[in-house]
Amino acid sequence: MSPLLTSFSPVSAALPMSSLMTPAPMSEAASAVAPAAAEGVFSLMWLIIVLPAIGAAVLLLGGRATDRWGHLLGAATPIASFVLGVVMFAQLLGRPEDDRAVAVTLYDWFDAGAYHVEMGLLLDQLSVLFVLLITGVGSLIHIYSIGYMAHDDRRRRFFGYLNLFVAAMLMLVMGSDYLTLFLGWEGVGLASYLLIGFWQYKNSAAVAAKKAFVVNRVGDMGMALAVMLMFATFGTSSFAGVSAAASEASVSTLTALGLLLLLAACGKSAQVPLQSWLLDAMEGPTPVSALIHAATMVTAGVYLVVRSDFIFNEAPAARTAVVVVGVVTLLWGAIIGCAKDDIKKVLAGSTMSQIGYMMLAAGLGPAGYAFAIFHLLTHGFFKANMFLGAGSVMHGMNDEVDMRRYGALRPFMPVTFLTFAMGYLAIIGFPGFSGFWSKDRIIEVAFAENIWVGLAALIGAGITAFYMTRLVLMTFFTRRRWAEEAHPHESSAVMTMPLIVLAALSVVGGVLALGDWITEWLSPVAGIEHHEAGLPAWVFTILITVTVAIGVAVAWVLVGKRDVSSTAPANVSVATKAARADLYGDAFNEAVLMRPGQYLTRSLVYADNKGIDGTVNGVGGLIGGSSGWLRRLQTGFVRSYALAMLSGVVLVVAALLAVNLA
Amino acid sequence: MIAFWILAPIMVAAAVGMVLVRKAVHSALLLAIVMISLAILYAVLEAPFLFAVQIIVYTGAVLMLFLFVLMLVGVDASDSLVETIRGQRVLAFVAAVLLGVILVLGAAQAIVGPPEGLTAANLEGNVPGLASLLFSSYVLAFEVTSALLITAVLGAMVLAHQERLSPKPTQRDLALQRVRDYADSGKHPGPLPSPGVFARHNANDTPALLPDGSVADSSVSRVLQARGTVREAPRIRRTPGLPDDGSESAPTTGNDATTSGEGKP
Amino acid sequence: MTTEPFVVLAALLFSIGALGVLVRRNAIVVFMCVELMLNAGNLALVSFARQHGNLDGQVAAFFVMVVAAAEVVIGLAIIVTIFRTRRSASVDDASLLKY
Repeated sequence: MSPLLTSFSPVSAALPMSSLMTPAPMSEAASAVAPAAAEGVFSLMWLIIVLPAIGAAVLLLGGRATDRWGHLLGAATPIASFVLGVVMFAQLLGRPEDDRAVAVTLYDWFDAGAYHVEMGLLLDQLSVLFVLLITGVGSLIHIYSIGYMAHDDRRRRFFGYLNLFVAAMLMLVMGSDYLTLFLGWEGVGLASYLLIGFWQYKNSAAVAAKKAFVVNRVGDMGMALAVMLMFATFGTSSFAGVSAAASEASVSTLTALGLLLLLAACGKSAQVPLQSWLLDAMEGPTPVSALIHAATMVTAGVYLVVRSDFIFNEAPAARTAVVVVGVVTLLWGAIIGCAKDDIKKVLAGSTMSQIGYMMLAAGLGPAGYAFAIFHLLTHGFFKANMFLGAGSVMHGMNDEVDMRRYGALRPFMPVTFLTFAMGYLAIIGFPGFSGFWSKDRIIEVAFAENIWVGLAALIGAGITAFYMTRLVLMTFFTRRRWAEEAHPHESSAVMTMPLIVLAALSVVGGVLALGDWITEWLSPVAGIEHHEAGLPAWVFTILITVTVAIGVAVAWVLVGKRDVSSTAPANVSVATKAARADLYGDAFNEAVLMRPGQYLTRSLVYADNKGIDGTVNGVGGLIGGSSGWLRRLQTGFVRSYALAMLSGVVLVVAALLAVNLA
Repeated sequence: MIAFWILAPIMVAAAVGMVLVRKAVHSALLLAIVMISLAILYAVLEAPFLFAVQIIVYTGAVLMLFLFVLMLVGVDASDSLVETIRGQRVLAFVAAVLLGVILVLGAAQAIVGPPEGLTAANLEGNVPGLASLLFSSYVLAFEVTSALLITAVLGAMVLAHQERLSPKPTQRDLALQRVRDYADSGKHPGPLPSPGVFARHNANDTPALLPDGSVADSSVSRVLQARGTVREAPRIRRTPGLPDDGSESAPTTGNDATTSGEGKP
Repeated sequence: MTTEPFVVLAALLFSIGALGVLVRRNAIVVFMCVELMLNAGNLALVSFARQHGNLDGQVAAFFVMVVAAAEVVIGLAIIVTIFRTRRSASVDDASLLKY
């Protein structure tokens, strides 16, 4: 290893940008602190990404030879990365507050004229949290998958894809340039596609994978355009370069950049209007839903917005757009979650809704960045916990996903129930649990920003309490509505152990906020700004708790007290129908985008066939026809040619003579 | 002057005839007339060297080559004069007449005043005059000409050469073939009979007579038979009644005396 | 004697030769007609040599003869080769190079 290390260490010099940069004033954007050069353990930073990448390569290229131990290798690599991440986090903790960003330049990625992109990694306060979340939750989910996928004969490939995802996600959060971020961005998109369609023999899975991929392309277009615009405006796309130059750019450019980045974030984080793919993405194996479509990948949009704080801070319009998207999505996802009977889809709607909270917080600017990331982390814990719990339930119920076929599972799955309950309490914001701390802060800041935004966030919290209570009641309480062949049982230790760890994290995740630790920690990256709401904090706490209690009570009255039928009732209100149809998001896409697109394509094909092809073929036919006529002159008789030649001679001589005589 | 006015009509007539006659041999002979007349015109035009060259090279060599090739290709093959390409003949005639008219017009433009004559140029003789030009101003062209001639010779050799695909039959093979033919089809293994040879008439077109007085068909060339120029043997048979030439009044058929036997003594 | 009659005769012979090339089908006759055209050209050259009082025209005619001789050799060899393979000396029979 040491020769490899020495080959890397000289490259890992300070960023060239650092000399150009002057630290921006704290009030504007605190993220412009020059990252320090990597030394010591940080020179191994690349290993965090490379380990899972090697795992993916070995598992995907190794073939059947790795079938026997592939899942162990697949689980080992994120654990190793996690250990590395923890060590680096500890190192960062020991450093002074303004010297916690470490950059490594691995090599020049490409050098095209004025555009110079380095393959560089940046580990700062923000990305190290993500590294810990990704590798930590990722490791747990890998371990869980060993049990969950035990009966799948393609388990090795599953682990290969998971490792690929982890590597790409780490690339996304550790890249020091928007283009390296984009590399990871596309990588997670690919891994997501592969994993949603992992059971591609199911038509629904294949279609869902394609849908996710296509919708993500729309967002990726925004990302690509943003990078191009950065290059056109600033001549660079590195975080350091853009943040240094952002304050001098025009507001309109920054607004355009912000909106493009928001589009990218919407695609990846399933925000309105690009939300439609997430519910279908639940076709993938449940650990995938937990890791990719709840805990990590879908939060990439939030990461992008927070990482681009230097752009959004200067572009209030773009920030407002982020807030609007966040508010709409948090209500949208919550409403969908109320009507779905598929346990994973309820959780998916909930994920959309919770990411809406994060976007809302991120859109509030320096006041909300830290809370967005805080909620992102706690959400990563409790949502992964609940997804894995749902997977455990499905595992015991013959892969049944319809909650109307569950009921009264509590005694049969005690561990699953207890861990799920921890996640449940966390997400609804039960006082003391992690969600309570993170969500309350967001709602508080939202109220401070705008009363209506705050109210929407508050109502969202109530709805969240309603649908999560409904989920828990329909699954673990009420009467049995099982299918006849169902034999519910508790899952094996390899699956319950991660559940326990995640449940513990869901409970105690709030400690991150102790003494505003996370705000202080992130302040060099995301800035800090205290908003004073009109009312003291305890008023909000009571307000939120009461709202949540109302939501729980309504759920108890509507679901817990009544007899839940084992099939979905058909005669329901218009609102329920709309919510069951994902609030007509797909119908909207189909009517507004797909149909006109198809018509456009068809008319273009028609124009191409008739107009352009017709012209081309017509010209060809004309020339061909006249050629056929002209070729009759080529009789092959030498005497005909001689006659033509003699006629030519006569003409030439006559011309000469005419000139002479004239 | 007189020579021109005598020769010019002959030349034109011969040239027109050359285009019109059916047989290629006749065309060649008519061409010979044109060329020899042309040689005389060269002499008239104070070009004695070209006069000689025209006769030796053109009439002597080139034309003989034409005749050789004609013999090779088949002297009896005559052209059909039916035109197969529609409109070719009319158009060719029109074009040729137009060309002639335009050439005459153009040439008339080119001539100004009476001819200067070659008296001065031919002062030291025509041949030395030509030679001094040829080996001074035109020496390069002259040398290139030699290369051209060599190339032509090589080209002709290459074109006329035929690769032998089977081994050359030896005398022994030929003899065996003859005997085999005799066994298969009864073909006579010996040489063909020679044509009839008589004391007063000795020619290829006279067939030999067999001992029974009939004609040996294989004794004369097939070409002569095709042309119908073979003499009838019975008509040249000597009859006692006619001392001189019995060809005209000879009794025709049914004579069983051997002509050769009687003619020889 | 003036030059005009000679030149007119040359033009006539040339045209007749051209006509022959166009209407005759036997390749050997066509060749003879080409020779006729060359000879007509020679006559014009020699006539103009006398008109202008120098021998260059005669030298040119001499070269034409040389070239004609070479051309006849090659041309006839080609005709013989074609005849050998196709049993025909008609220029119309070699008409495969057509539409």
